[in-house]
Amino acid sequence: MSLKGWRDLPPAGVILEAGNASKYKTGTWRSIRPVWDVSKCISCFMCWLHCPDGSILVKDGKVAGINYDYCKGCGVCASICPKSAIEMKPESLFEEGEK
Amino acid sequence: MKKRVPLTGNAAAAEAMRQINPDVVAAYPITPQTEIMMTFAEFVADGLVDTELVTVESEHSAMSACVGAAAAGARVMTATSAQGLALMHEVVYIASALRLPIVMCVVNRALSAPINIHCDHADTMAERDSGWIQIYSETAQEVYDHTILALKLAEHEDVRLPVMVCQDGFITSHGVEPVEVLDDDVVKNFIGEFKPWYPLLDTDNPKTYGALDLFDYYFEHKRQQFEAMKNVPRVYEEAAKELSKITGRQYPKVEGFFLDDADYVIVVMSSTAGTTKYVVKEMRKEGKKVGLLKVRLYRPFPKEEIASLLDGRKAVAVLDRAYSIGAEAPLFCEIKSALYDAKVKPQLASYVYGLGGRDTPPSLIRSVFEDLISGNISKEEKYLGVRE
Repeated sequence: MSLKGWRDLPPAGVILEAGNASKYKTGTWRSIRPVWDVSKCISCFMCWLHCPDGSILVKDGKVAGINYDYCKGCGVCASICPKSAIEMKPESLFEEGEK
Repeated sequence: MKKRVPLTGNAAAAEAMRQINPDVVAAYPITPQTEIMMTFAEFVADGLVDTELVTVESEHSAMSACVGAAAAGARVMTATSAQGLALMHEVVYIASALRLPIVMCVVNRALSAPINIHCDHADTMAERDSGWIQIYSETAQEVYDHTILALKLAEHEDVRLPVMVCQDGFITSHGVEPVEVLDDDVVKNFIGEFKPWYPLLDTDNPKTYGALDLFDYYFEHKRQQFEAMKNVPRVYEEAAKELSKITGRQYPKVEGFFLDDADYVIVVMSSTAGTTKYVVKEMRKEGKKVGLLKVRLYRPFPKEEIASLLDGRKAVAVLDRAYSIGAEAPLFCEIKSALYDAKVKPQLASYVYGLGGRDTPPSLIRSVFEDLISGNISKEEKYLGVRE
C-alpha cells in the first residue's frame, strides 16, 4: 500500500471511513504468541470473553484458533484458560527460516 | 448604530462573546480572567445567548470540553489566564492539531512561582509553538475588535485553527475604557454562519477524531498544520480589512507609530505600546527621532513586515514581558532572527520588563530610548525596573 502525501489526506488525522480499524493489522506488535492446543480445549470460551482484541476465532460454536493478524500477544487467554490449552511462545520461534 | 460604552477589557471580551453567541463555552474562573466568565454567565442566565455553558472542574477539562464540543460541530469559545492556560497545555496542542477553530480570550498573568496574579506574558509565550494563532491587544477596544476578528479568522476555510486573543491582566482587563460596540446584527453578519468540516453529530457520516497516528502519517498531519498557519497572514489581512470597513479602525499585523523617520525604535506588545506612544509623543516634541513598532499578530510571526520596517534603523530595543531563562527573550529572539535578512542591521537591545505586573511607567520607557540614543547598548539582556 503506498502512503498518501499530506495534500491528499483529510485534515487533522480525521478518519472518514467507519470501522476501518480492521485494516490496521496490529499482530506485528507481538513478541510472544499464544499457541492453541485443540486436544486440550473444552470450548469454554473464557479466552474469547477475555481477549481484548477479539482475536479468538470461533467456528460452529467451538473455539477454532487464534487470529494472528490482530493478536498482540498479551497472554490473557493463556492465563485465563482452565485447561492450559494455550501456551505463550516467543515469536522468534516462528520467524521465517527458523523453527 | 455604533455605541460608545465604558467597559473593562474583560467586559469587552464578554460583550464580544455575547454578540458572537457561541454554541458552547466551557471555562473555569481564574484571576484576572474571572470577570469574563462572570459577565458571560450572567448573559447565559438572562437568556441573552443560546450558549451551553459548561462549568468544569479544571482548565484541563475546560479545554477538553471545548475540543469535544468543537469536534461535535459547535462554535466554541473559552477564556483563561496563567496557571489555567498552563494546565490546559496538553489539550491546547490537541485543539490546534484537530483543526478546531476555538477562540480563547487569554488575560495575561505571570506564571507561578512565586505566586502572582498580575500581568506578564509568560503564560501565552509558553504556548507560542502550540499551533494557535496569537493576537495581542493594547486596549479594551482592541480586545473587543480582536475577539470578533479572531472568530472570523479561526473559522476561515483556509485556516481552521484556534486563536488566543490576549490582553494584559488587570492593566487592560480591569481598567475601564470607552469602547465602541457594534450592533448585534452587524457582528452576526460579519462572523457569518459556522460550517464545521467533520461534525461528530453528523451521525449519518460516522468519523473518528484522535486516532493513533504513528511514524507513517503523523508527520503529514503536522505538515498540514504548518500549511494552514502559512495561510493566516493572507486571511488575516482580508478579515482585518473587512472589519476595518465596519469599525473605521485598522488592524495591521504590526503597527508603526511615528515610525517613518524614526532612528530609534522600541518594539513591544499589548498595553505597554500605549505607554510607549505617550513617551514617543513627548520625545518627538523634544526633536528626538523615536518611534514604536507594536506587534499585534505574534503567531504567525510577521517576519517580513518586521524586517522591512526595522531595516536601516540606528537602534532597536525589544521589550519582552516574558523570558526564556537561559536563552534570549521570545520577542527579542524572533525580532533578531527576522533581521538576519535586513540590508542594514540596526543595533539591537533586549529588555525584559514588567514581570509579575511590575509597573512600567513612562520614565522607564524614556530611559530605554535614552539608552538607544546615547549608545548605551550591550549584548546583555537588561531588566527594566528591577532593583539591582
